[in-house]
Amino acid sequence: MDAISHKQSFWTKYIFSTDHKVIGMQYAIMGIIMAGVGGFLAYIFRYNLAFPGAYIPLFGHLSAMQYNAFVTCHGMIMVFWVGMPVLLSSLGNLLIPLMIGTDDMAFPTVNMLSFWIFFVSALVLLSSFFVPGGAFGGGWTMYPPFSAGGYVNKNPAFFKELFSGTSLMILAVALELVAMLMGGINFLVTTINKRAKGMTPFKIPIVVWFINIASVIFMFSVGPLVAGAFMLLFDNVLGTGFYDPARGGDPMLWEHLFWFFGHPEVYVLLLPALGVLAEVFPVFSRKPLFAYKPIVYLALVSAILSVLVWAHHQFVAGIDPRMATFFSIGTILISIPFAGIFLSFMATLWGGSIRFTVPMMWALGFIGLFLIGGLTGLYLGSNAFDIYAHDTYFVVTHFHYTLFPDIFFGFFAAVYFWFPKFTGKTLNSALGKLHFWCTFFFFNGTWFVLFFNGLAGQHRRINDYSDFSLIMKEPYMSFEKFATVCAILLILSQFIFLYNLFTSLAKAKTSVRNPWQSNTLEWLAESPPPHGNFETYPEVYRGPYDYSVPGSTEDFLPQNVPVAHGEAEAIANVQNGITTSTNTI
Amino acid sequence: MSKDHQAHLSLPANKVPEGRLGMWILIAGELVIFGGLIASYLEFRIRYPQWGEMAAHTSTLIGAINTVVLLCSSYTIVKAHEAAQRLDIHKVMIWMSCTVMGGLIFLVDKSIEYYHEISEGFTFTSPKLQMAGDHVGSLFWSYYYIMTGLHGTHVLVGMTVMIIIMFQIRKGQNLHRVELAGMYWHMVDLIWIFLFPLLYIAK
Repeated sequence: MDAISHKQSFWTKYIFSTDHKVIGMQYAIMGIIMAGVGGFLAYIFRYNLAFPGAYIPLFGHLSAMQYNAFVTCHGMIMVFWVGMPVLLSSLGNLLIPLMIGTDDMAFPTVNMLSFWIFFVSALVLLSSFFVPGGAFGGGWTMYPPFSAGGYVNKNPAFFKELFSGTSLMILAVALELVAMLMGGINFLVTTINKRAKGMTPFKIPIVVWFINIASVIFMFSVGPLVAGAFMLLFDNVLGTGFYDPARGGDPMLWEHLFWFFGHPEVYVLLLPALGVLAEVFPVFSRKPLFAYKPIVYLALVSAILSVLVWAHHQFVAGIDPRMATFFSIGTILISIPFAGIFLSFMATLWGGSIRFTVPMMWALGFIGLFLIGGLTGLYLGSNAFDIYAHDTYFVVTHFHYTLFPDIFFGFFAAVYFWFPKFTGKTLNSALGKLHFWCTFFFFNGTWFVLFFNGLAGQHRRINDYSDFSLIMKEPYMSFEKFATVCAILLILSQFIFLYNLFTSLAKAKTSVRNPWQSNTLEWLAESPPPHGNFETYPEVYRGPYDYSVPGSTEDFLPQNVPVAHGEAEAIANVQNGITTSTNTI
Repeated sequence: MSKDHQAHLSLPANKVPEGRLGMWILIAGELVIFGGLIASYLEFRIRYPQWGEMAAHTSTLIGAINTVVLLCSSYTIVKAHEAAQRLDIHKVMIWMSCTVMGGLIFLVDKSIEYYHEISEGFTFTSPKLQMAGDHVGSLFWSYYYIMTGLHGTHVLVGMTVMIIIMFQIRKGQNLHRVELAGMYWHMVDLIWIFLFPLLYIAK
């Protein structure tokens, strides 16, 4: 392709690039950097929780205000500046054009703009640590009145308030949402319009389906929050009273606007990671994905249900109990589609010839840990239990058991799986396994004990429990220390990954195109794919999961292999054979 | 990559032009933003019947004139699109100028209206009303300004984009963008159709 010979300067090739692969990498790198910031904040406040008032290595003493700000920013960063870029933007950009067999996104310039708006939003957020008064510390959900400066100061000074931690955080979130909206438009248009010839909707790989469903959920839930964020900004900067009950406003309005987006956001983060699993499991069990179409339908059902559950975050905020019942039922209902998807994954593994590779381990670890998160979600979804457990470490542990496997296990599964494709190099598998087992053990060590602390009543927003010896009696204080030690080890084990990453990048290129013997189109391109991706655009003849097809010499048939004569009959015969044999039993 | 090489290679599965598809998705996203604002406005409107007295201070006449102006400008952009399909660049320029003029008239009317309201003391925060203890009334004006202000911003953006497109069309480029601008402009129009009864008529 001519495009390869295009002379591009360093700036147009790596910095202001419109190539979807470079933009995807930029998002991933930015996400990893922000994860470092979020992890460092977690280290500081976990240290303080276990050893209140102690000197924290690499930081110093932590004040109560700083504790609040760090917890708030940790939550913000991990959801909006780590989860969103690595799962939605990075995977979407890297995978969609390659997996649907095209050269680039539909709107490459919009794509580049989207990343740079995201980059600016990250800078705005980080700058909020350094303004007078420090970063915002009212919890990552930014509930008024804490977040509405006008409440305490009815005539705010415009510039002073604009550069306060609160305003900067609201502004950063608004910018981040705009960046993601631009990316979402790109994903949808690209998938609808630029698919390879023959790629009918039910021949699209599940991860592309899921990233698109996630983009739809995102786009249709984020609008009210964009408006709401500006209203909150005006409350701060200009002194309006949108959320101020003393002036006719209503703080509950923010909670509704925030969670109308905030809860679907959970599924925006979950679906791309589940999509990665749907790619990894068939490849490493050499079996077709079980129930392809039902999985797509279940994801669509979950997308619809996702906008009907938001008020389960507000059971103690004074909503009508009849409404609480409605949202309880909705919350418990939404577990059904996800249970269906999970069971389909299990069924994919059933009877397969499992290859226990590094991506497979991360994917299996995801399933195991997310199950704990999902099942505790059922408890919390029923409002009677939620009123008891609200704002305790039980809730915090629940959502770390959902989001940590989702963001990190999902992302690492993707990294170890697609790294050979996008760099042309291979990650060390022994180090990868060490990384997996360390992360798996230390994550459980950090969080599992905190379920008990939560049930015993430890509140999530108290920085120093030394004055509450009735609650934090033994063994809970020891649990707290154990959790902190594990959290530090968890953070340290990520350096295994970084070491693996850099040493692998320094190695020589291996020119294997399809190291995992996978079927989807991205493995047809050169590793790494050049600007423009494919030598000739592939044509698609079959679904993405044709593994171990009866009668075929290879145990995998890539999507561009034409359907052989009599193949359908051969499959039908085998299936009938299985049915008759089970009938006779 | 040479142009014909690309044409040979790209075989889109779907025939909807990319720009149109992207615009539809953008419009859907925009409608949700305004939807959130309108929904929260309605919630307060039902809670506070006294907002009717505040709405009485808005000028229904100017609002009605603006509605007509916007509807007419939507008609002219349709004529521009029709001319673009006939590749009649001269007519496209005329009809698009009419649309931009419509947007300009809308914004001038809006400014006159804002001027009167602000001089009566009804501002974004309305300190006069707050001093008198009418916090609920002041909240109406906050909503009034944020909704009309966001809509006005969209009018301004639409006009700017149309002027940029007109420069391209004069050189005979990007005629398909007239349709995209038209779609956006219809959306701006449609949102106004919702705002006008909510803020001006319901007293």
